[in-house]
Amino acid sequence: MSDMDSLDRIGKAKRDWEEQKLEKLLAKRPERKDKFVTGSNAEVERLYTPVDVEQLDYLEDLGFPGEYPYTRGVQPTMYRGRLWTMRQYAGFATAEESNKRYKYLLEQGQTGLSVAFDLPTQIGYDSDHPLSEGEVGKVGVAIDSLKDMEILFDGIPLDKVSTSMTINAPAAVLLAMYIAVAEKQGVTSDKLNGTIQNDILKEYIARGTYIFPTKPSMRLITDIFEYCAKHVPKWNTISISGYHIREAGSTAAQEVAFTLADGIAYVQAAINAGLEVDQFAPRLSFFFNSHNDLLEEVAKFRAARRLWAKIMKERFKAKDPKSMMLRFHTQTGGSTLTAQQPDNNIVRVAIQTLAAVLGGTQSLHTNSRDEALALPSEESVRIALRTQQIVAYESGVAETVDPLAGSYYVEAMTDRIEREAAEYIAKIDELGGAPEAIDKGYIQKEIQDSAYRYQMEVESGERVVVGVNKFQIEEQPPKGLLKVDPRVGEMQKAKLEELRRTRDNAKVNEELEKLKKAAAGDENLMPFILNAVRQYATLGEICGVLREVFGEYKQSIVL
Amino acid sequence: MDKPIRVLVAKPGLDGHDRGAKVIARAFRDAGMEVIYTGLRQTPEQIVETAIQEDVEVVAMSILSGAHNHLFPIVVNMLRERGADDVLVVGGGVIPDDDIPVLKEAGVAEIFTPGTPTTKAIEFIKQNVKRK
Repeated sequence: MSDMDSLDRIGKAKRDWEEQKLEKLLAKRPERKDKFVTGSNAEVERLYTPVDVEQLDYLEDLGFPGEYPYTRGVQPTMYRGRLWTMRQYAGFATAEESNKRYKYLLEQGQTGLSVAFDLPTQIGYDSDHPLSEGEVGKVGVAIDSLKDMEILFDGIPLDKVSTSMTINAPAAVLLAMYIAVAEKQGVTSDKLNGTIQNDILKEYIARGTYIFPTKPSMRLITDIFEYCAKHVPKWNTISISGYHIREAGSTAAQEVAFTLADGIAYVQAAINAGLEVDQFAPRLSFFFNSHNDLLEEVAKFRAARRLWAKIMKERFKAKDPKSMMLRFHTQTGGSTLTAQQPDNNIVRVAIQTLAAVLGGTQSLHTNSRDEALALPSEESVRIALRTQQIVAYESGVAETVDPLAGSYYVEAMTDRIEREAAEYIAKIDELGGAPEAIDKGYIQKEIQDSAYRYQMEVESGERVVVGVNKFQIEEQPPKGLLKVDPRVGEMQKAKLEELRRTRDNAKVNEELEKLKKAAAGDENLMPFILNAVRQYATLGEICGVLREVFGEYKQSIVL
Repeated sequence: MDKPIRVLVAKPGLDGHDRGAKVIARAFRDAGMEVIYTGLRQTPEQIVETAIQEDVEVVAMSILSGAHNHLFPIVVNMLRERGADDVLVVGGGVIPDDDIPVLKEAGVAEIFTPGTPTTKAIEFIKQNVKRK
């Protein structure tokens, strides 16, 4: 009997089952809803069978872990070899406070650091800039100069930890500071492990911490690719991020589509700048969200891996398998957390953790239950980390590779997400690529439409959010929220004043002048930034010089 | 029929989270209001200037970075200084309960926290706006 005969028989048996069993039952007991949809509003069938995955070719579409197209994972043994990196995003107030939190997290069994910077740092302003007023140390740590960075990593050996830094527009400056701190610890840059986010396109799309216009921003990014390939070979030079796109309200398929479209733009920019694809592509990494629809999220991660592998092989003719591997960090979905009954968020985060792990993530941040209310308290962060540890050590899902492969539903959905994402990418190609699609507001509008539809579904009660539009209770205001000391701004200002008095200002100006000249030309800017940083030029001064030469990005607003 | 209510939806400060601002702007528009959205990174001066130039009756600010205690009161005071104290000022975002009385004291009429239906904000504006 051939496979085809077998599929025919299954198809026929399913129709019989529907006619003989199902119809009678539905007449007596109708289903809960007329239409069932995923968390991203894709329609879900009652039942999936081999007929739904009849196109699936095991060797071609799934293959083996660690082998093209990497659907089943990027390493042959996945978590049997080594568990994912448990990496909690943290940082607030001053470098001293954040340093304490990092040491606490490392003591609790965390295996990598992830630095959150405050908004002035992310937008390239010093703490004493007028626009920084009220924002210093609020959503992350305030870093004005190498001095702060030295304090931030005090007592943390940079050759032993891997550090991820959520920094984009001024990524080159913070990376330079990290290299300079390592130098002071006697660690050479080739020993450094970590990631800078360095993904400006999604800042224009969804996250908002841009500084410079598209062209000079893309140049800074390719300068980093080139510099790191030579000097910081183990560094992940970019973390191409769907996380914020999803937080802004996109669907799962849009998250994959717009992230990979951004990825295509970076690869193309680097090739246009004269780099060989296999010289930089192995260091590209990705960053995705994990929401509540467990199986759809698992399918999303698998689809993203397969689609990126094909893009790198077929479109960019990569030869090195590492160039084709989509390695990614995951963070659980901040926008899924509710301010109502915040302890329920622990359960949401547990489901999202499972999705990320079943989807084969390389590292994971789990959100804390109180993040819809404030920055997380130490106790909440510990529960979030324990959630990962319970999934890792008690749930059993880490003991075999890609355990959901072969599920008719998961495979059908993996195909569906890959197909939808590929269609979006084709559309973005038609518009001239991701930067152009962003300038036209196309990507933003697609996301906003999804966000608005979701909000209306929640308000109509069509979509249930437990504790928000169903199962509500009267609640006492939550206790024990973390408050950032309002004096942080003043403390940072005093530190800056001291720095400007004690450093060699003539040398600072000299390095800034050199940087300015280089920025106006086409040399790689990393060495110039590194020299300025070593002389304790501030982040604001360095970005100020670049602002003068490059100008600033103008947001395109679509409603 | 009454003229539509004119609302300025504004993002003060450096915070880039504009999902809420854009959703609420669209909900206001669907509720028949005329909506102007400032885009990101507005200083209080810019917000007040736009509010006066556009002759709005409502300023609705969204902030998720924690800078609300600093920025919201400045906007209220500047509106007063410019003689626009009849403008209804409301705010939304990740704002701890403890801060709400302080902000109301400073002249923010209402604060909408995460999970608030857009209809609630619309209803509040309709009932509290001073028509020009």
